[in-house]
Amino acid sequence: MTARTVRGMATATLAAALITGVAACSNPGGGAAAGPGGADSVVVGIATEPESLSPLLGYGKDGNSKIFDGLLTHDADMKLKPALAEALPEVSSDGLTYTYKLRQGVKFSDGAPFSAKDVVFTYRTILDAKTNNASKTELDAIAGVDARGEDTVVFTLKYPYAPFAERTVLPIAPEHIAGGQDVNSGEFTTHPVGTGPYVLTAWSKGEKLGFKANPGYWGGEPAVKKFTMAVIKDDDVRATRLRSGELDGAILPPNLAGALGDQPGEGHGEADKGRRTYAAKTFDYRNVTLPTHHKVTGDVAVRQALDIAVDRKAMVDKLLDGAGKPAYGPVPTDSPWFTAGTERTHDLDKAKKILDDAGWKAGADGIRVKDGVRASFPLWYTSGDKIRQDHALAFASDAKKAGIEVRTEAGTWEVIEPRMKTEAVLAGGGSPADPDFDQYQLLTSSLGGDGFNNMARYDNPAVDAALVDGRRGGDQAARKAAYDSVQRELVKNPGYVFLTHIDHLYVVNDKWEGLTTQVEPHDHGLGSGPWWNVESWKPKQK
Amino acid sequence: MARMAGRRTLFAAPVLLAVTFGVFAIAAMSPFDPVKAHAGTAGLTASQEQLDQLRDNLGVDRPFVARWWDWLTSALTGDLGTSSVMRQPVADVIAERVGWSALLAGCAFAVAVLAGTALGVLAARRQGGWLDRCVSSLAYTLEAAPAFWLGLLAIWFFSVRLGALPSGGLTDAGSDTVAFGQVASHLVLPALVLGLSQLPWFFLYVRQGVADALEEDPVRGARARGLAERTVLLGHGLRSGMLPMLTLIGSRVPELITGALLVETVFSWPGIAAATVQAATSVDFPLLAALTVLATAAVLAGNLLSDLLYGLADPRVGFDG
Repeated sequence: MTARTVRGMATATLAAALITGVAACSNPGGGAAAGPGGADSVVVGIATEPESLSPLLGYGKDGNSKIFDGLLTHDADMKLKPALAEALPEVSSDGLTYTYKLRQGVKFSDGAPFSAKDVVFTYRTILDAKTNNASKTELDAIAGVDARGEDTVVFTLKYPYAPFAERTVLPIAPEHIAGGQDVNSGEFTTHPVGTGPYVLTAWSKGEKLGFKANPGYWGGEPAVKKFTMAVIKDDDVRATRLRSGELDGAILPPNLAGALGDQPGEGHGEADKGRRTYAAKTFDYRNVTLPTHHKVTGDVAVRQALDIAVDRKAMVDKLLDGAGKPAYGPVPTDSPWFTAGTERTHDLDKAKKILDDAGWKAGADGIRVKDGVRASFPLWYTSGDKIRQDHALAFASDAKKAGIEVRTEAGTWEVIEPRMKTEAVLAGGGSPADPDFDQYQLLTSSLGGDGFNNMARYDNPAVDAALVDGRRGGDQAARKAAYDSVQRELVKNPGYVFLTHIDHLYVVNDKWEGLTTQVEPHDHGLGSGPWWNVESWKPKQK
Repeated sequence: MARMAGRRTLFAAPVLLAVTFGVFAIAAMSPFDPVKAHAGTAGLTASQEQLDQLRDNLGVDRPFVARWWDWLTSALTGDLGTSSVMRQPVADVIAERVGWSALLAGCAFAVAVLAGTALGVLAARRQGGWLDRCVSSLAYTLEAAPAFWLGLLAIWFFSVRLGALPSGGLTDAGSDTVAFGQVASHLVLPALVLGLSQLPWFFLYVRQGVADALEEDPVRGARARGLAERTVLLGHGLRSGMLPMLTLIGSRVPELITGALLVETVFSWPGIAAATVQAATSVDFPLLAALTVLATAAVLAGNLLSDLLYGLADPRVGFDG
């Protein structure tokens, strides 16, 4: 065989492979591209992709799914309003029975009618032990769910649970489709069918999710006919693609948002560059756990000292570029649930005095010592998370000034978890829908060390009692009083040092009307951001 | 030749078996917890009871040998199992993605091999000449540059400054259909970046190989006989200079796969790479095992290919044994 034939063969083989490869992957005759800029299409860049689009596995559990509706939903102010239910539920006087009347004439996007049996199917499937839904703890209060005829659903609870209605924003799946499949891996997890304003048209995993307006939507067909969520993990790439015009909007970290949009501040300021920055207020806090079972962080004096030794304002200004606010507890200062008067100012002298009075005396190296115990503890943060790293370092530096040594270390959750009982962690959390959602798990002593609940193993009987009052108590004033006492207790005996509440920033082309943001939770899923209500956007009149 | 291919294929079976066993063993020893990975952020609020239930459902506490055996026996009957992290049958996960990865890697490989060879020959022809010096220093720089950095640079220049090429995705973000023209234009930048990151190897090997060959007696003899420079360069120099590069082709396959990982991430390319990382960090046994088999098979096939080419290019080299 000569060299020439070898080369010829190699070239021919390569060419053939390329041609077949290209031909196999292409889909000739595809429709025309409607890139961003079209009057009725919107493309946004998001950072994370859902594993599944099945509500039975936890997708959309906090509401705001584009494909599905829950019995209830939230308005811009996070107030509950009816969706698939006709009205807010009727609650029995003992708080144990919730009755929902369903909206009539609603159809799934495949044309099949929606009815009470779909609701019962959805909740029963999620609660089934064989369903791999990690969020089912949230529905713990449910004892039973039953249909009364076609249009009424009744939930019975194991214990009175005031915020239960908030849980029913959970999307409803169609029994006639999802009922016949393996709930954990069936086709429904990637090809969902719901009653929502949009229908999924394509999901190219790792790249994008495409939606089109649902013409039969019970709330009226949306004006934005085509909606695409492009999955772009890297912040810089997302910013670049927004700048190059491929995206109409994106979530961005503060430094990149500042360069691309106008000044943060919802609805304020003239939009130059044709883009507007939306800063969503959040319940998303960063805090430091102070483990009860550590000799230093378990000491109430050390806890109080650390709580006022940290300079929260500096963290907001320097670490978050002003996009956030100081946090004094799980509840942000601008929430109606916040207890006025529990703000703590940065007071290093007072912190030192507390430590002096408690017997923590400065040692040779400036670190305090009491009864032979050095005021020193490790603080873990998750590696790769820049915001947590910055917070951890700032916290350590503030603590040092008060004579407490904080040794920061980075690791994955696998490394951190076994150490949580005695070592501090830079943690995050927050849920705006109801104060119970976050605080009960964070502070109740009986949940100390239960999974990731109550990581510091905080143990305060007064807080335990108030939290139970808060979740059972009927009227708003009684509940507020309960959560007030939780927040006051946290001042006296902090189990966590809350550092900041972090705004989520979005930059969006200034071409539509009706954009707002909701108060967002720690975990921002697909429904967060100004596109939480993309179905009611309207093109701006020129 | 056919005998060699057949023998290698027979050998591949125990190798693949050992590799999957190794993967299961290593994954079982890794500190990652599949239950946490499956639960994601929801796991941070789930009760211990729920997590235990999930652990039970996923069957992750069984010894890895048992899980490996189950996986193997069902894989042989064509059932690759269900990916716990993608919530989808493994076969679907792979079918959705592997074509796009193969397309990207194939184009990048073609760019690297063709451009590397051509530049290598030209540079060897006049060693120390301006072309040689330019391309060589560029090659060393490229070898040092991480692929994702090249990717960001390419996006900045071609997409933002020039606005000439799309910066990511398989098609325009707003379009749902996969059309040939769209894919082709979206393929240019990632394939170019991935190809460029592989190019230095081929260039440097060819350059050295051809330059060495040009110094050898047969070439001197050929020149002395007055053969045309082109014949000398391509017929004699390239032919023996190509040999080291043919070995390289096989050994670059794994590098191509890891390089593709970063490039796919930067360009939001919906390929297999991202799934691989996710499968590994989530201890998603079925998906991880299937992907490892694929990657191992790719490496084995790469080696076989380079040995075959080697034998064809140089008759002195037999087809082993």
